[in-house]
Amino acid sequence: MAATTQQPAVDLREPPSWRRTKNRIMTVLMVLALLIIMVPLVFVLYTVISKGAGIISGQFLTAAIPPNVLPGNIGGMGPAVVGTLEITALASVIAIPLGVLGAIYLNEYGKKNVLAKIIGFMADVMTGVPSIVMGLFIFSIWTLHFGFSGLGGAFALACLMLPLVIRSSQEMLSLVPDALREGSYALGASRARVTVTVVLPTAIGGIVSGCLLAVARAAGETAPLLFTILTVSSTNSNVFSGPDTALPAQIFANATSPYNGAQARAWGAALTLIVIAFILLVGARIITARFTRVGR
Amino acid sequence: MSTTTQAGPVVPASALKERRPLGDRIFQILALAAGLLVLAILILIAFSTSQQASSWFSAEGLSGVFSTTWNPAANKFGSLDFVYGTAITALIAIIIAVPLSLGIALLLTEVVSRRWSRPIVYVIDLLAVVPSVVWGLWGILVLAPWLQKIYTSIGSGVKGIPVLGSLFGPPVSGASFFTAGLILAFMITPIITSLSREVIATVPAIDREGAYALGATRWEMIRGAVWPHSQSGIVGAVLLGLGRAMGETIAAALVIGASPQITSHLFAPGYSMPSVIADQFGEASGVFRAALIGLGVLLFALTIIINVIARGVVARSTRRSRGA
Repeated sequence: MAATTQQPAVDLREPPSWRRTKNRIMTVLMVLALLIIMVPLVFVLYTVISKGAGIISGQFLTAAIPPNVLPGNIGGMGPAVVGTLEITALASVIAIPLGVLGAIYLNEYGKKNVLAKIIGFMADVMTGVPSIVMGLFIFSIWTLHFGFSGLGGAFALACLMLPLVIRSSQEMLSLVPDALREGSYALGASRARVTVTVVLPTAIGGIVSGCLLAVARAAGETAPLLFTILTVSSTNSNVFSGPDTALPAQIFANATSPYNGAQARAWGAALTLIVIAFILLVGARIITARFTRVGR
Repeated sequence: MSTTTQAGPVVPASALKERRPLGDRIFQILALAAGLLVLAILILIAFSTSQQASSWFSAEGLSGVFSTTWNPAANKFGSLDFVYGTAITALIAIIIAVPLSLGIALLLTEVVSRRWSRPIVYVIDLLAVVPSVVWGLWGILVLAPWLQKIYTSIGSGVKGIPVLGSLFGPPVSGASFFTAGLILAFMITPIITSLSREVIATVPAIDREGAYALGATRWEMIRGAVWPHSQSGIVGAVLLGLGRAMGETIAAALVIGASPQITSHLFAPGYSMPSVIADQFGEASGVFRAALIGLGVLLFALTIIINVIARGVVARSTRRSRGA
């Protein structure tokens, strides 16, 4: 009787306390890592909102940028807002169709062949090319020959967006079940028709949200614009020719300015930029959640 | 039975192939062209920027290019100060970002439930969309003056201690290698986190359950089942973060202090390759401009090499895990 109730030599139910303690310490460290990284995020958002909220207004977003000889004059960021919207929109018009087409090649036509694998791999590598190199590239092949323009800036941003759009779209296309494709082929549809009428509509939610994230990345980029648009302070409504301006480029120029007005303008522009990025991010989340018919 | 199978028209396989309409072929060619554009752009970048930079290489020679004298007024364009600044800031960023990223990635995959992991992913995404120039603006106007006080007290605290004294001496201002590295760390944490998460997610459930069944605690399971499986993929993720940190321009340009020098002193102002390009390109022409574009070529080559290695490692480790 006593033998059967005896405890086994090793307690299998609970690890010894030092093992549990170590486990707990590590879990606490993981939570700590999250808290640590939230400190700069909260700090930067708090600063931008508290310094920018008092400056930002309808007038700030439309008024002209005052010359830097007026130290205390906040004025507005109108030309830069116009420039950012124009240049980012143009970059999206260039990069999104090309990127989605490239993704269609990779997923619908190339699937297993070597070329598609190489292109997919190089698209990944291209996402790692520094944005300033894209700026130097467009400067070398475009700006040197055709002069500064919003179009040059849009080309540079498009180079940056292209691999992002290709990779996110390809991922979404690969989630479309093959049964849908096979069903359409069985009805006699061509591959192009199947892609356009069946595959793309099924994956469109995910593709759009991926594109919005790429646009958000591009809208905040400064480095590709520095050498391609030549940051000026006047409005240029013609995005195809003549020096242009944009919000990130203005912030960069104003950040090192000793004038209060210029710094205040930089904070206002920073808040505008973060709000634009935030809207695109939230938009992408909503679209992913609502319109994705396949996927996570 | 046999009569019904013979009823339909017999179509040879070759006839089915010929029926492919023209529109379909055009669409395929367009898609292929868009795909090839990626390769074309990468080749064009290498070609056009090296061409623009060629006068730098021919004017300075190999020893001039890799010298430490950068003096545009005297037509001396040595790149070593900037290469050093890029390496040291990227290294600081990696040392800070890797433990944070791995901690968050493990927290997301192994500890919290789906209900909690979603908001955490949102926070990390938010961190990723804060533009570089906003980090820089905040870094130079808010963080740097605050860090200067901390640097000063650390500097006086370690005075006279052999190694620490030469690494963390008193600062010139808040703008320094270390400030740049710190800001870069915040910026690369999201990418290292999300890639590590992807890699860790491919660890087979059976390995985890096996470890738990042997009585392992969660940490022992991570050490014994997750780590050996995802080790190489995480190395790839870290390399990608390193590439990102090396190429990051605007934030570094604003907080690095803009003074080309090689020093072990981390609180001293320095310069990095992308930031000198951003700062000085506007006033450059001739060999000066060629030298700045040449720095871009060096940067491009370095980041391409790092990215090819990193992507290769990540792709191989995730493929292997999926196959297993």
